[in-house]
Amino acid sequence: MSRAVVRTSRVPLGSALGFTITALILSVGAYVIAGYGKRGQLPAKFVIYAAIFAGGYALTLIAIRRFAPAADPALFATAGVLVGLGFAMIFRLSGGLATEQATWIVVGLAAFVVTIVVVRDHRMLDAYTYTIGLLGLILLMLPMVPGIGRTINGARLWVQIGPLGFQPAELGKVLIVIFLASYLTQKRELLQVATTRLGPFRLPAPKHLAPVLFAWAGSLAILFLQRDLGASLLYFGIFVVMLWVATGRAVYLVIGFALFSLGAYLGWILFDHVQLRVDVWLNALDPNKVFDVGYGQLAQAQFGMATGGLVGTGLGQGSPGLIPFAPTDFIFAAIGEELGLLGTTALLLLYVVLVGKGLRIALEARDPFGRLLATGLSALIGLQTFVIVGGVTRVIPLTGVTLPFVSYGGSSLVSNFILLALLVRISSGPAPGRAVT
Amino acid sequence: MERQIRRLGIGLLVLFLLLFAQVNFIQVFAAEDLENNPANALRLLRAEYSVDRGEILAADGTTVLASSRRSSGDLKYQRRYPQGDRFAHLTGFYSFVFGRTELEQSFNDYLAGEAAELLPQTLADLVLGRDKRGATIVTTLEPELQEAAIQAAEAESGDVAIAAVDPTTGNVLALYAEPSYDPNPLASQDPKVVRASWDELNEDPDKPLVSRASDELFPPGSTFKIVTASAALENGFGPESTWPNPRELDLPLTDATIQNFGGSHCSGGAAQITLASALQQSCNVTFGEVGLELGAEALAEQARKYGFSAEPGEDVIPFDIPWVSGVFPDAETFVDRTPAVAISAIGQQDVATNVLHMALVAGSIGNGGVMMRPRLVTEVRDSSGRVIQEFAPEDFSEPLSSGNAAALTQMMVSVVEGGTGTAAQIPGVSVAGKTGTAQHGEGEAPHAWFVSFAPAGSPRVAVAVVVLDGGNLGSEATGGQVAAPIARAVIEAALGL
Repeated sequence: MSRAVVRTSRVPLGSALGFTITALILSVGAYVIAGYGKRGQLPAKFVIYAAIFAGGYALTLIAIRRFAPAADPALFATAGVLVGLGFAMIFRLSGGLATEQATWIVVGLAAFVVTIVVVRDHRMLDAYTYTIGLLGLILLMLPMVPGIGRTINGARLWVQIGPLGFQPAELGKVLIVIFLASYLTQKRELLQVATTRLGPFRLPAPKHLAPVLFAWAGSLAILFLQRDLGASLLYFGIFVVMLWVATGRAVYLVIGFALFSLGAYLGWILFDHVQLRVDVWLNALDPNKVFDVGYGQLAQAQFGMATGGLVGTGLGQGSPGLIPFAPTDFIFAAIGEELGLLGTTALLLLYVVLVGKGLRIALEARDPFGRLLATGLSALIGLQTFVIVGGVTRVIPLTGVTLPFVSYGGSSLVSNFILLALLVRISSGPAPGRAVT
Repeated sequence: MERQIRRLGIGLLVLFLLLFAQVNFIQVFAAEDLENNPANALRLLRAEYSVDRGEILAADGTTVLASSRRSSGDLKYQRRYPQGDRFAHLTGFYSFVFGRTELEQSFNDYLAGEAAELLPQTLADLVLGRDKRGATIVTTLEPELQEAAIQAAEAESGDVAIAAVDPTTGNVLALYAEPSYDPNPLASQDPKVVRASWDELNEDPDKPLVSRASDELFPPGSTFKIVTASAALENGFGPESTWPNPRELDLPLTDATIQNFGGSHCSGGAAQITLASALQQSCNVTFGEVGLELGAEALAEQARKYGFSAEPGEDVIPFDIPWVSGVFPDAETFVDRTPAVAISAIGQQDVATNVLHMALVAGSIGNGGVMMRPRLVTEVRDSSGRVIQEFAPEDFSEPLSSGNAAALTQMMVSVVEGGTGTAAQIPGVSVAGKTGTAQHGEGEAPHAWFVSFAPAGSPRVAVAVVVLDGGNLGSEATGGQVAAPIARAVIEAALGL
């Protein structure tokens, strides 16, 4: 392997420090304001949480300076603001959840550091295509294993081993993206060749089309077996997008969209809960249904955001506790209530920045694998954000996925930090100090 | 690959623009509709209860009639009424189930801190992270006088309603009606407590939530003769104008007659009687004659000047809380009903009012013929004590000339000095008054009335009392016996005696 990314210039310390300190101030500031809003005083655990944020962000910054010195400094800072904002909101909703989330932030930052230390060069990962793919698949299917799988809120997403509960699919998602990036880089020439004609389209040979159908079947299986609409949509979307980017052939988008439509239709025919989701989406504010389960929670999200209006009620001043699942799926609505349109706009802009930076990294990466990996990871954040925010705001039917970096939840937070570490790694190029051969 | 990545970026940006558009729609364009959705009631309620609602104070500026304190419950502030049932009909209640009434409702903009004058302070509180604070309203109510009224009312076994008004300003000094209620359980944050209290109050046949001092109408009986007498004076008759004095008055077109109280013959059966003497003895026969002589038009016109409306609920006299002022029908309703004119002239049949209205009527006579608007709130202060709104006394009408007012005052003084109202005499104080014993149904004990003001020369208080269904004395009750002593007690308290 040759040196694919030639970027030796370190980012100036000033800008890296500036970005991180800004993220720190916003994070701790939001938390302090939430404390005042809630109880009219400095939060009791201020010193502990402030220290966690300050120490965690500082150590992470040091690790980035040491192991990925050329990385885009805005990447970690943007995620840092999102994490801080989410933490403030979670703290505002429940002090107990905040304690857990703080622990997960520490674990997530540690996972981030470990990832950039261990993955000294992202191209390392390209060597383990099928191992990573298999591992990802196992993680996705783990909740199906009798004895350890748990069904929570109607979806079988959890694994419980002893006292430890986690959602393996969160990490599985990242591994699947790595696998796809690796697999598609290797096969893209084959997939690019069109041999069969179908109407106006020229399709690749059926044997090369197989992966598309396989992925489609897999996402349907997730839908059928785990009843997880959101994840199903997300996997298939990511797969189609990566296939399209890898091959440059729009026909995959068309086929993918057709298959997705078919799958959605099948799901709607076969499953009551899919029909219910659609009806909830369309009729959440129907006066006859607005108090019903499902309709009510989506309606509460609308009311929360509407009550927030332009500037919000202020952190700790609204009633986001009325929104079901406020710390997880509906945290966007809770932020909308207390920080208003200004808050939600800022939040969406942070994601635009994050996804935009990710795609810029993809464009600047010199190796096809890094390029496709950065694209896939960015698309994952972008699509997941769209799926949950679109669901909460009734742009699309609601499917339960977390809002990356913001929602309460350890599995999601840790996985997203690992994802971020990979972007940082691709952005920076191989770690200094040891030659990559 | 590069082109696809750029296109993907554009595609994702389009998706995010969709989200931006939708968030703008929800939080700006459709926000008001969504916020006011009935299913959002709980959120609005919480927002409402996160305001440190302003106090309602008595006239002394220190006695607290209603206040808020931090609650450990789901809602941030708890409303409380330290005076229990004493001022409930005036403050009203503030219930998260049944809403707001009386001052809590009519001054809600100030109490809840929503009035425009409070905006600078609200913004300051917002910046400083303090809870929004409502304004304090200062009322005209005198706690000691209210207490005296309650004591006097409780000494009487029947249901009593009492109004005490300052005739020169219209200030409502005391207003109490039995039965009252404790607003505290209704303001509870426990829905069970609220509902239990609500059910109990609504099942009570005596309807404690409705103030008999200002929300209900009763026939005023002979106290209305001060209105009929005003009409006579304004139409050229004098206190000494004489009227035929038969034992009973034959009503035209019917076999019915008007008799004096107990069938007696006024002035020992003299052939003629003066207007002043007829008022002193409360002669129904004479006032029936006066009514017929003046006619429905003159009576109705005089009643209008005193704020009586043609239909109940027109509320021509503005007040700081919802109330029902007295009724005297339009003149045309008396066409072909001439007997009704005579009967209405003595405060029966088509006439109805309550003690608040009658205290204002009596007070206007003492105030030289100028009737004041009743006033319950004098000023509004923001939470730092700055006065942001003042309400000055306002005239309502001039029902009679100052000369006639002085004459009628003298006639009313004679009622207390040597007529039907002697029980209201106070040594050293000249009290002007008029009794009333109002029939309100076959076989029912009459309502006993007394309306008054004192000191007669320069009145400081006008008091109206009604004891429903005769009180202790039942069917034997008269206004002079039952209601006048209560009025005297309230006047004494008002004058500091």
